[in-house]
Amino acid sequence: MTGEFIFWLVVKSVIIAGIAIFFGLLYKGIDRKIVAHMQGRVGPPIRQPFLDVIKLMSKENIVPKHAIKWLFNAAPLICLASSIMLLLYIPIGGFDAILEGHGDLILILYLFAIPSIAMVAGGFASSSPYAAIGAQREVVTMISYELPLAVVIIAIAWKLSGIEGDVFSMAFIASHPIWQNVGILGLIGAIMLLISMVVVAPGELAKIPFDVAEAETEIAGGLTVEYSGRNLAMLYIADGVKIFAFASLVVALFFPYGIASLLSLNGVASIIADFLFFLLKVFLVMFFAVTLIRAGVARFRITQVVTAYWVTITLIALLGLVLLMWDTHFNVRWL
Amino acid sequence: MIPKAFKRSLWVFHINSGSCNGCDIEIIAALTPRYDAERFGIKLVGSPRHADVIAFTGPVTNDMKDKVIRIIEQTPDPKVIVVVGSCGIGGGVFHESYHLAGPIDKLYPNAKYFYVPGCPPRPEAIIQAFAKAWEWLEEVEKK
Ligand code: SF4
Repeated sequence: MTGEFIFWLVVKSVIIAGIAIFFGLLYKGIDRKIVAHMQGRVGPPIRQPFLDVIKLMSKENIVPKHAIKWLFNAAPLICLASSIMLLLYIPIGGFDAILEGHGDLILILYLFAIPSIAMVAGGFASSSPYAAIGAQREVVTMISYELPLAVVIIAIAWKLSGIEGDVFSMAFIASHPIWQNVGILGLIGAIMLLISMVVVAPGELAKIPFDVAEAETEIAGGLTVEYSGRNLAMLYIADGVKIFAFASLVVALFFPYGIASLLSLNGVASIIADFLFFLLKVFLVMFFAVTLIRAGVARFRITQVVTAYWVTITLIALLGLVLLMWDTHFNVRWL
Repeated sequence: MIPKAFKRSLWVFHINSGSCNGCDIEIIAALTPRYDAERFGIKLVGSPRHADVIAFTGPVTNDMKDKVIRIIEQTPDPKVIVVVGSCGIGGGVFHESYHLAGPIDKLYPNAKYFYVPGCPPRPEAIIQAFAKAWEWLEEVEKK
C-alpha cells in the first residue's frame, strides 16, 4: 500500500515536473513574443526559451575561483527543485494537488520564498560584488512583498473561515471561490486583494519594474552574474516554472472555476476542456501580472520598491481585508 | 539539435574599449523595432558569463587592455568575438595614436574573430556578422 502510494507519488511528481518545465518555458516564450509585439517588433519565435535552454546546456560551466563551490552549484538546483515542488501543492488544470492537506496554504507561502533564498545564497557564494549587491536587493525585495502577500492570503482564509471546513488547505479554498461568499463590500475588498496579488507577482518573480535584484543594465545581471552554462539554464527554467506556479496560485485562489460543467461535458472531454481552460486562465493572469506591466513601465529604484510594497500595496491589501471584515459585519447582500 | 539552438539563440555581451560610441549606438540600433535582432534570438546580456558572442568596439586603449582581456577570458566557451567598426579592426580614425595597445586580435590572438568594417557600419551588417558567428558556432558544435 505505502509502496504503491510512494510509487504513484514519484510518477506524478515526474509528470508534474515535465508539465511545469514545458509550460514554464512556453509561457516565457509567449511573454517575450507579446512584449515584442507591444513594442512594435516581430519578436523571437515562441519556442525561443527552449532553444536558449538547449544552447546554455551545451556551453561551458564556469565556477569562479573564489566562489564557494558546493553552494554555488547547489543554488540553481535547489531553486529549480523548489519551484517545481510548488506545483505539487498548487492544484493545476482542474486536478487536485498531488500533495495536499492541512496547512498547505501557509506552506506554499513559504515555499515561494525558497527559490529566492537559494538564489541569494548562490549570489553570495559566487564572490562577485555585483552578485552580492543583487543578493542584498533580493532580500530587501522579499521583505517588502511578503507582507502584502501574507495579508492577501490571511484575508481570504479569514473570510472563508465562516464556512465549515479546513480553511488553510488549498483544496478547500479552490472549492469555495471567494466571490460566491461575499456581498457588495466584500466584492470590492476581494478585487483589491486581487490587485495587490497581481502587483506582488512581478516582485515575487523578479520582473520589471521590481527586478532590482537582477537589473541587467545596472548591476550586470545581479544574482546570476557569475552563472553560466548548465547552472544558468537551471535558473532560467526555474524562472519560467515560478511564473507558471505563481499564476496557478492566483488562479487557484481567485478563479478556481472549471468550464466542463458549464458546457455539460463529461469523461475525457471534460478533463481536456478544464485543462485548456486552466491554461487560458494562467495565461490571462500572466498577461496582466507580468507581460503588461513589464512592457509598460521602467524599473523602480530599490527604495521605491520598498515604498511601493510596504505603503501602497500593503494599504490596498489591508483595505481589502477591512472591507471583507465589514462585509461579514454589516452583511450587505445583493438585492 | 544543439547546433540548431546556437543558430537561433545568441546572447551578446558588448564591450567598449575606447571607441567613439558611434558603433555602440549602431549595435543598439540593431535591437530597435526597426531591425529587431531579437527575432533571431539575439539578445544583449549584462554579464560576460552569459554571453556567446562578444560585440567588441574600439581600438583598445592602454587603460582598457588588461580589463578587456579579462572579460574575454571570463566568457564561457564556445565563444566568438565580433569586432564592430573600423577602429576595432585596424585603428580606423585612431590609427597610430599614442594611447593605443590594440587592435584586439593582436592582443588576444587565440579566439575566433569576425569583423564588421565601417565607421560606423550599418545595423544590417552587424546582424549579418552575428549570422556568420552562429554558422561558425554550429560548425564547432558538430565536431
Ligand atoms: S569605427 Fe568609427 S564610428 Fe565605430 S567606434 Fe570606431 S571611430 Fe566610432
